[in-house]
Order: sequence, then structure tokens, then C-alpha cells
Amino acid sequence: MDKEGGLTLFDKIWNAHLVRQLDDGRDLVFVDRHVLQETTCAQAFANLRKAGRSVRYPALTIATQDHIVSTRPGRTEDSNPAGRELMQLLRSNALAAGIRHYGVDHPSQGIVHVIAPELGLALPGSLLACGDSHTSTVGGLGCLGIGVGTSEVEHILATQTLALSKPKSMRIVYEGTLQAGLSAKDLILHTIARIGVAGGRGFAVEYAGPVIEALTVEARLTLCNMSIELGARLGFIAPDDKTIAYLENREFSPKGADFVTACADWRALCSDEQAIFDRQIHIDCTQISHQVSWGTTPEDVVSIDGVVPDPLQVVDPARRERISQAIRYMAVQPGQKLSGLPIDVAFIGSCTNSRLSDLIQAAALVRGQHVAPHVRALVVPGSMSVKRQAEALGLDAIFRAAGFEWRDAGCSMCVSINEDVVPPGARCIATTNRNFENRQGPKSRTHIASPAVVAVAALAGCLPDSSMMNPNSELLS
Amino acid sequence: MSNGVERVEGVMALFDRCDINTDAIIPSTWLRTASADLGKGLFGGERYDGQGREIDSFVLNQPAFRQSRLILADDNFGCGSSREAAVWALVQFGIGCVLAPSFADIFYENAFRNNLVAGIIDVETYQEIKSILLDHPDGLSFNVDLHSLTVSLSDPHNPKHNRCWNFRMPASRVQAMIRGDDEISTTLQHHEDIADFYKMKSSENPWLFPQDLIGQKR
Ligand code: SF4
Repeated sequence: MDKEGGLTLFDKIWNAHLVRQLDDGRDLVFVDRHVLQETTCAQAFANLRKAGRSVRYPALTIATQDHIVSTRPGRTEDSNPAGRELMQLLRSNALAAGIRHYGVDHPSQGIVHVIAPELGLALPGSLLACGDSHTSTVGGLGCLGIGVGTSEVEHILATQTLALSKPKSMRIVYEGTLQAGLSAKDLILHTIARIGVAGGRGFAVEYAGPVIEALTVEARLTLCNMSIELGARLGFIAPDDKTIAYLENREFSPKGADFVTACADWRALCSDEQAIFDRQIHIDCTQISHQVSWGTTPEDVVSIDGVVPDPLQVVDPARRERISQAIRYMAVQPGQKLSGLPIDVAFIGSCTNSRLSDLIQAAALVRGQHVAPHVRALVVPGSMSVKRQAEALGLDAIFRAAGFEWRDAGCSMCVSINEDVVPPGARCIATTNRNFENRQGPKSRTHIASPAVVAVAALAGCLPDSSMMNPNSELLS
Repeated sequence: MSNGVERVEGVMALFDRCDINTDAIIPSTWLRTASADLGKGLFGGERYDGQGREIDSFVLNQPAFRQSRLILADDNFGCGSSREAAVWALVQFGIGCVLAPSFADIFYENAFRNNLVAGIIDVETYQEIKSILLDHPDGLSFNVDLHSLTVSLSDPHNPKHNRCWNFRMPASRVQAMIRGDDEISTTLQHHEDIADFYKMKSSENPWLFPQDLIGQKR
């Protein structure tokens, strides 16, 4: 199985989880950690019961309510009656199976992909699965995070394994230096715009290079989060000293002598120098500027000083039609400058950008300012623990004074299956990961961007240009 | 999976777009309860207006296509999220097969687990079937056969149109689908291997299963 000339990081972690090869050529891999959220596992438990099967290793499974929960401060399971059924099903299923449950009333509750790193559940070199496509987030810690469907959730509950075809390996190397004020979100949006929403399909993507090494762990989580928007199921970064420092003393991190052994194992987790990748891409980061999406897929992204593309310039007819439809849906014009486009809603949250560092960055930009009068602006921390840390730093006061709502943790307006919905026809700038039609509510229009761009847009009441992002700009002075 | 699938027969609807995402296939509005009628929600965002009334121009609302069993779509069908409800919505509506030049990874896996045939076709095949569908706004019936991995068209009014194309699906998946295999049962045949693996990992990498998590003293 060894590739001549060395192994990739992905090969190493994959091989370390291989229980056996199956007759059909797929691999049966062991799942070290399984995380559940309320909207994708009810049917899995129901089927399990129907088949008379039980949960194989309940201690390796953790459940949290995040998608459908109300984010109103002080909410309970009853605050969003429409979501009560799924929340209660998760709680009772977890309880019956002996699975740890982080419900709305738990101090560690939060978005799955925010709490898995925070609790030390996602460890370098481990394999973590969740019935949610953004599970790749934990790749920021060098953990293989794989998003699965509900049948696979059932399969993991029953067997603690997954039957998978091993993906091919891709490496994206980020060179040069990222300009000040730019973030991991800009890096990944730029990457998706460049290689497309299907560019990573069939691959496990390793992000590498000096720019990645310079990123904080939280920024790495943001970057790996959007691997799925590249079409890849897995995206990860080799662990280093920052990863180790991040994991020390987390609730479920190894402790004492185990931690010492773990660190030694983790330091060996990197691609061999001679490793061969099926695809390799180099990105020069020096030229990257603040990014924003204009259309209805995450590859419809340009610089904030850019313009809406002209479908007539697109050669491929299917792509031309898709872009024309996106232009109609988003109510923009070919060639139109994006900056200055008025917005109705500004949302800071989601598993992409709701960690403490995201909130610190946004708060620094809005301190002492006020949201434009016609804009509804919200901050939804990724977890209750992020919320408490932010409050300890006084960020809540800054956001509130600036006219932002300060809410409890959950997915909220990223997927709008609770009551946080963008009204029909309204335009929202969001730190989320998907700008699909109707994503934030029927007929909602979404522009995705970094926390910094969303914060400045909220103040300006429109999509900003790069002069407004300048710390010396009038708006921010 | 309970019963196997050998063929899918019926009207084919055209979705002449690439990158059709799972949010489009089943909007989140239909995911708020465990018991929603997902077939009704299929393509809900484009199928109904703001008041919940059907939009006549949408293909699945047209009389000829209300009973569609097959869908032809362009590249990267099912991209976006992992929500298996996208597959359930198609199946509950009555769709038994989607043909496209390519599929998103998780959707592709989810499809097989729910007896939805996800057939990969050449771009030329896509173009040919598409132009035939465009010439027949009243709907045409096709026959997808898993044994021969073909999709065929027999047009009683115009035998000239009798055509047959190949599609691709991994051989092991085809067999499993025809037999109606239950994947979990298959995996559980290896339950001893799994238990041994866990034991081995626990002793080789004790840090991976810390006491705080598994609640046992090693
Ligand atoms: S925040 Fe959004 S993308 Fe992330 S898990 Fe929740 S719904 Fe999915």
C-alpha cells in the first residue's frame, strides 16, 4: 500500500485507521469520535431500533443540539416550538444509548464543529465523523474530520466504522505573505473561486506552506471548514506547536503521561518530503485582497473592489446559464461594482467564523461605531463557552453599544431552520459558508465574507470597498 | 436496504444546470420535523411561490412530468451539504434514478444507500439525451437497467428514436443494489476485527481514548 517515495499525511492517518479492506475494494476505517447533531440522526436511531441493534461504543459518541435551537438569550428547548421534536428526539436517543449530550441548557453547548475542538474531542491523527458536511473543520488540528449522511451515522452507531473508498490526495501550498487585515476566510474564498466548487471532488486536501504555518489554530479551523465548498470531503493541516498548545488541558484532551506520548506521536504527523500528491496547487497569497461572494455558489467570489461577472464572457453554456441565473436571483447587474450595494442584514456566526478570534476581530472594527440605521446586525457565538469568554473580554458590550444583537450559541442564520431567518428579497452579508438560493430563508440573498468585511458592512450599510477596510478610514476612525 | 433494484422505468425530467445543490433539492424549511413530507418539499424553493402555490412553469409541476421517475442533470449534482434528506426527497417523490456527468461525493454515497440509482454518463450522452428531451416537451419514458448499465428509449411513435446509452456505476455497488444488501449487516460480519482493532489502538495510542472520555481506568 505504501507509495514509493513516501507517504502523505493523509496516507498515514488513513492507514492507521484501516480495520480491513472490503471485498468491494472499499476500506473499513475505525471512527475514533462520532459527533451527533439533532437534524441528521433521528432516522438513524429509529432504524437502529427497528433492526434491534445497539450503539457499539457510546463513550466515543457525543451529541449536541445546534442547528434548530433558538439563539434568543436564555432560550430553552421550548423556545423554538417548531424544533422541539428533533431536539427532544436527540436528547432521548442520547440518554437511552448512554451518549453524552450537550443540550441548549448545557454550558458547553454549541455548534458541533466549534465544540469538537474546544472540548479536545478532535485530536491530531484521529478520525472524527459527524452527520454534517462541515466536519472537515477539525482538520485544522490535523484530525481527519469527515462529514457523513444519515445512513452512515447509523452505520457508525452500529459498528464504530465507516466503509469508504479512499480519496485521492491533493495539496494546496500557500506561498508569499498575507496582507495585514486579511484572514483565513479570504484565503479559502479565494481558493474556491480559483479551483471551483468541484475542484476538490474525490480528494482529501492538505493545506500547507508558510502562510498556513503562520495561521493561528482558530484560523486553520476556518480554512478547513470550507473544504466541502471545494467539493472535498476532507481538508486538514499538519499539527505543530500551536496545535499542541491549543489542545493542552482541554476537557477530553489526553492528560499527564498520555499527553507527553501524544505530543511525540503528533509531531510525527506530516507528509514525507518525497510524498507524491495526485494533485498539487500553489497559491501566491501576496496579491489576495478582501473577498466577497456576489452569486449563489461559493465559487462566485471576487475581491471587494471587484465587479459582477458578465455571463456573455463565459464560454461554457451550462456555466453561462448558471451565472445568468445567479445574477437574476441576487438582483445584481453584469459589470456592477459590488461595493456600495445596500444590505439589510449582517450576520456574524456559523461554524466558519464564530470563534473568539473572529469576534475579537469584528469587535475591534465596530468599537465606538454604530450599525447603519436600516441594518439588522447579529452576533451569534459558536458556543456558549465562546460567549462567556467574549463577555469576559467585554465584547458583548461593544457589540451591543454598536447596535448588534448578542445571542446564544447555535447555527442560527447560517441555515435558518430555527427562527433566525433573512426576509424574502432581503440582502444579507454573512460570515457563513454557503450562499445558495434560499439558504438563509426563502428568496434570501447572501453575500459571504470574513468577519472584518461583515463588521464594516454592518456599519456602512452596504458592501464595503477596500478603502473602508483600511484602519485609517473615516468610517473606522 | 430491504428490496433490491434492477430497473427504473418512467418519464425523465431535465434539469439543465450544473452544481444543483442539496439546499435546492430539499430546502431547509422541510427539515424542521422528523416526519415532514419530503417528496412534497423536493425542489421546494423553485416549485412553489411565496404563498405555497405551485409555479406552473417548473418542470415537476407540468402535467407531463408530475410522475417523473428519472432526472437528467448536468455536472456536480448534489453538491453542498451532507443532508441525506436530499436523497429521501427525490425517492419519496418517486425518482428512482438520476443521470449526470458527475455527482458530489456525499450525495453519491447517500444515493446508493437509499436505492437511488446515481448513474454517471459521458458529456456526449448528456448532450444527446438532453436534446431529445428538449424536442419532447410532452415527456418521454426511459428504461434504466442495472444489469446492463444502460438507459434506453423506445418511442412507439417514432422507432427512429429507439436509442440506448451506457452509464457507469461501480460494479460492487451495482451488485449490492440488485441484491438489496444491508451494509450494516455486511460490516457486522467483521465485528471481531473491529473489536480487535479498538483494543490494539487503545494499547498502542492510549492518548486516543483518554479516561476522561471512556470513563474507565486502564
Ligand atoms: S453553522 Fe451552518 S454550516 Fe455550520 S454546522 Fe451549522 S448549519 Fe452547518
